[in-house]
Amino acid sequence: MTTTQKPIASMSSITKRFLDVTANSDIDFNLYPGEICALLGENGAGKTTLMNILFGYYTCDEGEIFIKGKKAELSAPRDAISRGVGMVRQHFALVPSQTVLENIIIGTDSGKGLFLDFKSARIKLLRIQKKFGLQVDPDARVWTLSVGEQQKVEILKALYRDVDILIMDEPTAVLAPAETVELFKTLKSMAKEGRSVVFISHKLNEVMEIADRVVVLRGGRVVAGRKTSETNIKELANLMVGRDLLERLEKKKVRPGKPVLEIENLSALNDKKLLALKGLKLVVRKNEILGMAGISGNGQKELSEALFGMRDPIEGTIKINGDALRLGSPVSVIRLKMGRIPEDRIDTGLMMDLSVEENLILENHATPEFQRFGMMNFKKIHQFSEDLIGAYSIMSSGRDAVTSSLSGGNLQKVMLARELGGRPAIVVASQPTRGLDVGAMEYIHQRILQERECGAGVLLISEDLDEIFALSDRITVLYEGVIMGDVPVAEASREQIGLWMSGVTR
Amino acid sequence: MIRMRITKREPLPKWARVVIPIAAIITTLILSAIPILLAGGNLWKSYYYLFYGALGTRFNLLETFVKASPLLLTGLAVAFAFRAKFWNIGAEGQLLAGALAATVLGVSLGGIPGVLVLPVIIIGGFLAGGIWAAIPAILKTKLKVDDVVSTLLLNYVMIHMMGALLFGPLQQPGSSWPRSSAIIEAARYPILLTKSRFHLGILIALLAVLVIWFINKRTVFGYRSKAVGVNIRAAQFGGINTTAVILWTALVSGGLAGLAGVGELCALQYRLIMDISPGYGYSGIVIAMLGNLHPVGVLFSSLFFSVIIVGAHTMSRMTGVPTYIAEVIQGMALMIMLIFLLFTEYRIRVVRK
Repeated sequence: MTTTQKPIASMSSITKRFLDVTANSDIDFNLYPGEICALLGENGAGKTTLMNILFGYYTCDEGEIFIKGKKAELSAPRDAISRGVGMVRQHFALVPSQTVLENIIIGTDSGKGLFLDFKSARIKLLRIQKKFGLQVDPDARVWTLSVGEQQKVEILKALYRDVDILIMDEPTAVLAPAETVELFKTLKSMAKEGRSVVFISHKLNEVMEIADRVVVLRGGRVVAGRKTSETNIKELANLMVGRDLLERLEKKKVRPGKPVLEIENLSALNDKKLLALKGLKLVVRKNEILGMAGISGNGQKELSEALFGMRDPIEGTIKINGDALRLGSPVSVIRLKMGRIPEDRIDTGLMMDLSVEENLILENHATPEFQRFGMMNFKKIHQFSEDLIGAYSIMSSGRDAVTSSLSGGNLQKVMLARELGGRPAIVVASQPTRGLDVGAMEYIHQRILQERECGAGVLLISEDLDEIFALSDRITVLYEGVIMGDVPVAEASREQIGLWMSGVTR
Repeated sequence: MIRMRITKREPLPKWARVVIPIAAIITTLILSAIPILLAGGNLWKSYYYLFYGALGTRFNLLETFVKASPLLLTGLAVAFAFRAKFWNIGAEGQLLAGALAATVLGVSLGGIPGVLVLPVIIIGGFLAGGIWAAIPAILKTKLKVDDVVSTLLLNYVMIHMMGALLFGPLQQPGSSWPRSSAIIEAARYPILLTKSRFHLGILIALLAVLVIWFINKRTVFGYRSKAVGVNIRAAQFGGINTTAVILWTALVSGGLAGLAGVGELCALQYRLIMDISPGYGYSGIVIAMLGNLHPVGVLFSSLFFSVIIVGAHTMSRMTGVPTYIAEVIQGMALMIMLIFLLFTEYRIRVVRK
């Protein structure tokens, strides 16, 4: 692999915007024949978006794509597949009730007239399986397969279509360590054959192990390209999380008080019924912000959901100001005064098709102040919501504005107004500024600091290390459901945190 | 090459919610010309008798209200359920459950004071329909059984159960037909206007519009059911007991459909027969959609439907166009409304390349 070679795929000046977020901004990316190139970056850095553009799943707003030297207009995945680009996404596109062979020939022209030609398809499949060591029973129904096997089917699907470029989106996230070793063998044998692999990941160890070259993305831009032989984990960690501090926040000196949030021995399963939190123990004190760094998918979602009452943990206790929560009950969490900022404000936090006011009163619409005998007291409700809209300077056409018409920053302000308006004892904020512009981000940071000064404890779960360092009093890292360490911010180094985040302890 | 893409559009202003159903109805009436012409009818004559038959005389006008009352109740039932995203396709079965309960009570309540008979029957019919709807609601909330399927299939369970009863314990002694004995005099809905069939049930249906409007607009329950319908996860996050909301919604929804059954039985038939409902429960779905799930919208769309149904009879008599045209028009109204609603949420963008 040399850079003097002609690239097999070349993307130039790619820009892609979603509503109010710029996911890719003026990105140049080249892929050379026979190389494994890692796309490294935090969640939301734009890796998957960029590759979705190369796979024709999204169309870019600006920029050009060349595949094998020819300009390519990709408006659907089939355009990409016909040019030899295949992608194995994080969520597999398989039909569970059909066999492996049936899944593989879907969408190919394998057949004579009306009938499918299983015989020659099977011969071709077996040949590919042998060559790359991808052992799966062609007649097994997909639902009976493990996740690792299903991934093999996806790779076989791509190879059956004879792709020269295979994009793997965080393939190891769903694999057991032994399966990862197997996958790496397959990918290396593909590269040896002259095919190219794009490996999307945020795990530094893996990237160093598998890739020939690394392209680092941050905030939708390419920040660096390195050969793996000429870099090291430490440098990559720095590049990935960035050094520049966003803003200088004024943090008043306050002494942490008694514990307000105590988590003991908390274990929870994720949606796939795998253990996502493994006996977690955590304390947040009054007047203190505990920043929890870590790459998402390591149990953050499960932890916040367990705290919010949206997930029933398998064991453990959670106490707020010494009172035990009834686990899995949002009502109990609200009663004990937890301010909750969920990471998916659109799916969990807000009712986008209702008005701003209807969102603001969600948690206290049934209090004696706002209703009598089941009838809503709109006079008081209007007063309440207008006060909050003013206090949090929510920009909208008024309390009756449909929530979905608000910008991302204002949506989050609605969220904050509802959750912080009632003077919470503890605030749990999960990715509170993800996808927001700098102005909104700053506002939200100030609000969080304000809560700390007013005597609340704050658990800040974030992937944004700048945010963690700017706000926290203590920093902890969650990796694969386990706390990697806990360090006061004054003694914390970015290198150390970056290494903890990728599972390296020292 | 030209490709079409469907993209989400900005929320429409409030007036659109009034204009769109009206536009849908006008479009339907225009497009109805096609089947009318195909059936060999004279176009203007057919339209004239369609409306004359429904609105032209005092009796016809009141008859249109008689027809509208079960449609209004089933329409409200469906609209109330759909608002909370409880997909109640079972208003037909709930209507029959109400009629069945009214029959059992209406035949056997001879012993209690006359003034109490009707209140007992009305409450009984409401509860019967409500409980029949609560079954799929419990299945949905506790076992995640799809409500579209369970509510729909329970219609057939109810129809056949009713058939078994009408050939068995409920059959009129001495009759060989599947029909029950007549209900007692005190169980009949009073007629409110002379020389017509304008009965108490119509008043009940109109009252139901007001009550549902009030619940939706003013009460804590209305707020909660809306929240559950819009985003059940966010509602749960906010501390709303979503299971209870869905159960109560089902109970009220089924109860309204049950009242439609009570009305048909106690005001028109006076005894239970197999075809007590020509599919009012299913029409209720169309009416709810056409009324945009709003109680006042449902009021107007049920009136529109009954105009078509009642008018089609006169049209058929005067022009020879078969009465089935009414069903064609109803079907078209639903499809056109759904298409119109689709375009209120999405727009088609043509991409040239």
